[in-house]
Amino acid sequence: MSPVRPAVWVVLAAVAASIPAWAGEFYVNLASQMMIAAIFAASLNLLVGYGGLTSLGHASFLGGSAYLLAWLFLREGAPHALAAPAAIVGATLLAAVFGWIALRATGLGFLMLSLALSQVLWGLAYRWVAVTDGDNGLRGLTRPAPFGLSLENSAAFYWFALLVMVVALIAMARFVSSPFGAALRGSRDQPRRMAALGFDVWMIRWLTFVYAGFWGGVAGVVFVYYHKYIHPTSLSLQTSAEALLAVIAGGAGTVAGPIVGAVIVVFLKNYVSAYVVRWNMLLGFVFLFIVLVVPEGLVPGLRRLAGAVVRGRSRPAPAGSQEAGR
Amino acid sequence: MSEALRVERLHKAFGGLPATNDVNLVVQAGERRLIIGPNGAGKTTLFNQIAGDLRPDSGSIRVFGEDVTRLPTHRRAQLGLARTFQIITLFNRDTLEHNLVLSLLGLRRERWNPFASLGRDRTMRAEARRVLAQVGLEELADRRIAEISYGERRRVEIAMAIAQKPRLLLLDEPLAGLSREERMTVRRLIAGIPREVTLIMIEHDMDTALELAENMTVLHYGRVIVEGTRAEVVADPRTREVYLGE
Repeated sequence: MSPVRPAVWVVLAAVAASIPAWAGEFYVNLASQMMIAAIFAASLNLLVGYGGLTSLGHASFLGGSAYLLAWLFLREGAPHALAAPAAIVGATLLAAVFGWIALRATGLGFLMLSLALSQVLWGLAYRWVAVTDGDNGLRGLTRPAPFGLSLENSAAFYWFALLVMVVALIAMARFVSSPFGAALRGSRDQPRRMAALGFDVWMIRWLTFVYAGFWGGVAGVVFVYYHKYIHPTSLSLQTSAEALLAVIAGGAGTVAGPIVGAVIVVFLKNYVSAYVVRWNMLLGFVFLFIVLVVPEGLVPGLRRLAGAVVRGRSRPAPAGSQEAGR
Repeated sequence: MSEALRVERLHKAFGGLPATNDVNLVVQAGERRLIIGPNGAGKTTLFNQIAGDLRPDSGSIRVFGEDVTRLPTHRRAQLGLARTFQIITLFNRDTLEHNLVLSLLGLRRERWNPFASLGRDRTMRAEARRVLAQVGLEELADRRIAEISYGERRRVEIAMAIAQKPRLLLLDEPLAGLSREERMTVRRLIAGIPREVTLIMIEHDMDTALELAENMTVLHYGRVIVEGTRAEVVADPRTREVYLGE
């Protein structure tokens, strides 16, 4: 890793922190949604990018934790300090069970099992009206005020979401560069060899699934506090698929990829859709472009293209080109 | 002398076709055993059952006295069993050093650590390079597997196994596809493996194999048909019939 990268991250964080100072409320809220989507996509990336486990059911953990929080707060009268941690623990336990079932398979089988399990949860949210109020969703949630700082206004909430995102991304980046992360990537590339070397491949995958569920649950808490409302759509295939698109478009198996992907998806869905009625078609074109031009995802793809440009320019002195290409 | 491996009445069939048919095999600790047989004799299938990748239909496998028949592959590795693959199975996107680091990590408790930084673990990287030096690939430590030659990859295969300091090592055609010079290198490499390591090798290159092994087992259609010292097996007419006489 080159020493430039931490500096880039610091600059990015500084720019991100200053957004409420110069951007209008609409854009601040848009940015908050992008960050929630980024946490969620990054947690899915642990499975898809680093584990080689393509899941179409990750919405279970975002939606599950959001529903649990809303239900505990609205129906059981639990305070935020109890409801939020309980929601995250609940999502993590859910991931422990779902992972145990879905990891009976890998590849397409895993994808279908993860989808089926999340569809069960989605069906429950729609039909178990006594608990979820079905299609009406659960409404009336308030935002918490940690340490007396109310999160009701959009700037305060934005900083809260930013803080959670930074912590989440650092934790996940550390996770993938740890010995366990190396074991996870090895299990993705050569599971047979990993088993022969003494690694418990199934356990590595299951623990990663649970960890991804934990961060999915964290995303769900920020998500439900942002909207103050939860609807079965958050448990739907569309929610899972959007996160998967964000991961693949941005670059699976990179730290920055899911952030870039999440920004694009939220931008198209919540901003461009105000101007272009057929924004879904536009989304389709954007992904078609990505698949054709940078099939490995935007972040690694642009890095490659930039490297090619730099190499092209410095052709007379190829010795220095490799360094510049990084 | 203690037993490194005891296979008893092992059966494995694929769709009614027996690949391992009532195989009994005892290998003493420190022994160098060569397994030969024509293509399709069930040699690799036998290895896969000993290593744990395949579940036998019936029979038992003991490694250093412990019944491992029902143990998953990774637990057998923890008991000191290592193997190489006939079809090279390495981490192509990673450097040689990282491949060796994974091999070292496999038997250490740190493999479960999700907090430490693997890149900062200097001692493990230094040890990875020491093992690479043993197989003469030190200079290529920072190259990716995808960038090195086939012969060099064969040596990495062996390095991955010896890095773990196994008690029982299964070598599945370690010379396959190598040039004459590369064969010499790998032959020296195998000859240099410490005597206390029990070695079981599948190999078609008879010159090299005979030089390295003391005892031989001939498999044919999933059965052991001849077994004994090198001289006994080579002299046996059944060996010539199925293998050498071709």
